[in-house]
Amino acid sequence: MLLDQSITELSSGLQKKKFTSVDIVTECFANIETFNPTINACITVVDKTEVLKAAKKCDETRTPQSGPLFGIPFVMKDSYVTKGVKTTAASKLLESFIPPYSATVYQKLLDAGAILIAKANMDAWGHGATSENTDFGPVKNPWNTTRSAGGSTGGVAAAISSRMAVFGIGEDTGGSIRNPSAWCNVTGLKVTYGRVSRYGCIAYASSFDTVGPMAKTAEDCAVVLEAIAGVDPYDATSSPTPVGKYSQAVQSSKKLTIGMPKEFFTEGLDHDISVRIKEAAAVFTTLGHTVKEISMPSISYGIPVYYLIAPSETSSNLARYDGIRYGNGRENFTQETDRRILIGTYALSAGYYDAYYKKAQQVRTMFIETYRKAFSECDVLLMPVTPMQPTKLGDIVSDPVQNMLLDIFTVTHNPVGVPSLALPCGLSSDNLPIGMQLTAPMFSEELLFSLAHEFQTNTDFHTKKPKLIE
Amino acid sequence: MATHVGVADVKKIATLANLPLTESQLTSLTHAFDQTIDVVDELQKLDTNSVVPTSQVTGLENVFRDDVVDETRMFPQEVALSNAKRTKNGFFVVPAIFTEE
Repeated sequence: MLLDQSITELSSGLQKKKFTSVDIVTECFANIETFNPTINACITVVDKTEVLKAAKKCDETRTPQSGPLFGIPFVMKDSYVTKGVKTTAASKLLESFIPPYSATVYQKLLDAGAILIAKANMDAWGHGATSENTDFGPVKNPWNTTRSAGGSTGGVAAAISSRMAVFGIGEDTGGSIRNPSAWCNVTGLKVTYGRVSRYGCIAYASSFDTVGPMAKTAEDCAVVLEAIAGVDPYDATSSPTPVGKYSQAVQSSKKLTIGMPKEFFTEGLDHDISVRIKEAAAVFTTLGHTVKEISMPSISYGIPVYYLIAPSETSSNLARYDGIRYGNGRENFTQETDRRILIGTYALSAGYYDAYYKKAQQVRTMFIETYRKAFSECDVLLMPVTPMQPTKLGDIVSDPVQNMLLDIFTVTHNPVGVPSLALPCGLSSDNLPIGMQLTAPMFSEELLFSLAHEFQTNTDFHTKKPKLIE
Repeated sequence: MATHVGVADVKKIATLANLPLTESQLTSLTHAFDQTIDVVDELQKLDTNSVVPTSQVTGLENVFRDDVVDETRMFPQEVALSNAKRTKNGFFVVPAIFTEE
């Protein structure tokens, strides 16, 4: 299948005329038509005639100077505005919203010649870790359709895993790229805060939200990041830090010190996940890196910090949805979204602000110091992505506490701003994917790409496909 | 598990947040709200005396742009109105906030 190839391989094949963009897109649609009715990864699929026309145009205008994404089909989490293409954030509130403008990340990909094929299902507004808090039906895991694909970017992860597109753009506020990447056996990057413009990204928690690539490999993620990163005059929080040649980072083979925070490897962690990550640590050692146990004490308070700041910011960001200028009324929010808006409003209200919101922002400062200290002892951190394997549909979504605890290993990165890459490291005894995450200091995505690429060159976990699509 | 708020309190917060909730939604949300407060109350165990709060991590301040018009980001009137449920004479129709006496 063409869609098993990496972006670099596809780009090379297209240049050598071994196959065409039309061929790739045709395969995407075949997989969408076969699997999407079961998996429900896509909310809106772009009209096939339009997509084929765009692919044909790429084939006709391709030159040797065309970039690596030229004529490559992708999916976007439905939280990015795409001019003229319905954008819903997976909420009934926006079920017929047609954006009159485009997100910067979308425009950059169009400028690079990439072709949008679908808008992907997700937890509405980013509120969730299982893609069940959606008004469009849950996303099912291609590896076992009785299970969740993870969230909130479940649709993109499931789409890549079932070969509906070559790569995708997700959004990570507390693990929303990393969690579904781990549960669907794909690779996904939470970037440094500010690395990629958030203009046109439907906001969840503005000081946590990040825009990031998801694909089959770390190398693919690097190629995409190089195209989408950079300062944007339309996003005042975007960073003027120069964009590195991320696609070249995979060539580095520097030996690194990798720290594993012991607070994250306790009895609460699923046994198979713990085993696979420790096996991965052994692989890194074999490859010449130094792995050591470190302590990051305050990070066990990640959940209360996240579940105060994120709801506070979302209660403010969702205030704009009044059903007047666009969208339907506020009675269309789900119970989970209502819960977060209520908690946030309460935490910001007079009399409670100091004990809740301000307190959380103070602990946030402590997290920054904890990570700084950790990175003084090692180059990169290795930790789990989720405490459990993909959950059975329906199990978690109605239990607010269990729902929150699913995020335990991913929620400290966003308050601090550090980048973290989730990648496959094996299967469980139930044949479900397991992912691990590598975390680096801010603006050090190159370290993540080089280490992950080396791992993926020496292992084949990321090449495994769900039986459904074999 | 302590009870932190009652249905009446949640109703007040819902009014502040402009969330129209039914009685049954209010009841189940009050329960979920309580459970959430139990989780976030864990932070009270930490000593944050004299810790400066962080609200954003970019290190950037006063990011300005030139005071010029960017026509590429201007909507014609009909585009600005294109997603509204109710419009009249080129205006958005807003629910009434005044009543006739």
